[in-house]
Amino acid sequence: MLGQKSKATRAVELIVIFIIAVLFTFPLYWIITGAFKTVKEVNSTTPVWWPYEWTMDNWTKLMGKLKAPLFEINIPFSQYWSEDGNPIVAISGATVPAAIRWMINTVWMAVAAMLLTCLTSALAGYSLAKKRFVGRNLIFTLIVCAMALPKQVILIPLIREMSSLKLYNTLAAVIFPIVGWPFGVFLIKQFAESIPGEILEAARIDGAGELKTFNTVVFPMIKPGVGALAIFTFIQSWNDYFMQLIMLSSTKNLTISLGIAKMQAENSTDYGLIMAGAAFASVPIIIVFIIFQKYFTKGITMGAVKG
Amino acid sequence: MNRNKSGMSRALVRRETTAGYLFLLPSLFFFLTFVVYPMVMCIITSFFDSNMGKNTKDVFIGLGNYIELFRDQIFLGALKNTFIIVLVSVPVVMVFSLWVANCIYDMKPWLTSLFRVVFYLPVVTGSVAVTVVWKWMFNNRLGIFNYIFKSLGIIEKNINWLGDSKYALGCIILILLTTSVGQPIVLYVSALGNVDQSLVEAAEVDGANRRQVFWKIKWPQIMPTTLYILIITMINSFQCFALIQLLTSGGPNHSTDTIMYYIYYNAFKLYRYGYGNAMGVILMIIIAVLSAIQFKLGQSDS
Repeated sequence: MLGQKSKATRAVELIVIFIIAVLFTFPLYWIITGAFKTVKEVNSTTPVWWPYEWTMDNWTKLMGKLKAPLFEINIPFSQYWSEDGNPIVAISGATVPAAIRWMINTVWMAVAAMLLTCLTSALAGYSLAKKRFVGRNLIFTLIVCAMALPKQVILIPLIREMSSLKLYNTLAAVIFPIVGWPFGVFLIKQFAESIPGEILEAARIDGAGELKTFNTVVFPMIKPGVGALAIFTFIQSWNDYFMQLIMLSSTKNLTISLGIAKMQAENSTDYGLIMAGAAFASVPIIIVFIIFQKYFTKGITMGAVKG
Repeated sequence: MNRNKSGMSRALVRRETTAGYLFLLPSLFFFLTFVVYPMVMCIITSFFDSNMGKNTKDVFIGLGNYIELFRDQIFLGALKNTFIIVLVSVPVVMVFSLWVANCIYDMKPWLTSLFRVVFYLPVVTGSVAVTVVWKWMFNNRLGIFNYIFKSLGIIEKNINWLGDSKYALGCIILILLTTSVGQPIVLYVSALGNVDQSLVEAAEVDGANRRQVFWKIKWPQIMPTTLYILIITMINSFQCFALIQLLTSGGPNHSTDTIMYYIYYNAFKLYRYGYGNAMGVILMIIIAVLSAIQFKLGQSDS
């Protein structure tokens, strides 16, 4: 057929793309194999493409180096009256390798940021799209302006703010600015615009309260948007290295990428250990990504189309 | 009944306003406290000589920080590096991702997903894991780059890729590229899949060749996606930080400083808080101006 790609071009394209794809997966391959190489193999000037003897040494080192409690439940707001300004720990878990605690911190941070962002954005996006009130346009303009600015420039002032709020070196210091970032509100507003006014009118005439209307009428209609936002926020907060770097300092409070980065700074030549750390940090999220690939793709595209 | 111009009763207006603000409140709280306030503080503090409250009080110095900035050779170098990174990476990302997407979007669905996953992998892997493995690959003695290039006879002696100001920035751009094409490819694949097939078929019936079909039919329809990718890629490249901090720390001799890294360096290594914020303001202005230009261009195009 005219205009269709010929078989030969197609084959060449496929081969070239295939080669590039292999190169793209190579770093991941190098991380995973590197994590199981012996010191000798890692330090060999001739690359060892496939480990001769798979060793767990790097993993033992990764898990043995630093320790931290599995979890800690703080007395809420206790940093405001405690003597040293740190939160008072009410319950703490068994001592485990710090890397495990870092993973727990990271998951907790990403999930909390995701849930809070989805909740606040869903409410606010609906309000901005469908409610008529004084100041609405001003708030929306402010949101659009803030979105166009680079997120990281607020980080230096944030440090000072978090210190005076006594939130520095807590996961809340990482979570709150993510929740405040207005992209989610903007995204949900675009989705909520398409809710027909008549449906809302009908719900009101039926005597439904505002919250009930939101739950039964609005939320089901903006659900795809909320789903997209959830995935978007999760990836973003998982990868927001800069913010984690400046906000978190004590070993038990680090996230996994921050922990690996610190390890790298302290043992810069022990590539086996660092690769074990990198594998530990990335493989779980890669598996999640591959399983939920469809939703990820949808989330990424929807965020762009509507945003 | 007392009605205003939109035909709503006063009670209804009050109810709408209350509900509107209550729904907005949680989000507005986080937005104002953790985004707007620090942004305002960033601008205000940029006019002060401030060292994070470590020793002395902040002293108002007017435009002092800004005047110093434009005499600071390292800052100007960082500005130049940032622009080099943006000017190289943005076009390469755009062209490469469009080419890949155009090749894979009409393959068998499982192949399309496979390639999409592969190109998105570096994004999911996370900047730290990606950076540490590249650091190893670029290593002077143990890295595979030196090994491969030496075996192929391209180089004779080992090159200290990240420690040599001739190569360091190039290496950083290369890594940045691999982590930047994932999202654009996903977006382009979906945009190309949504192109109106009847138009494509009509053009083919009229005897248009592949190139014509692409530029006349597909390209205009994926324009909004292109614009969006252009803006996000640009902003991402401007904010390149983790790579620099983990690979070179701006070295050797500040040859790989970017604005973002130099801000970090001033604020957290030298504790020059006000000075760092002045750079932040400059970065804000640059990005705002560039986004506005692109937005205008996008509007006049469509």
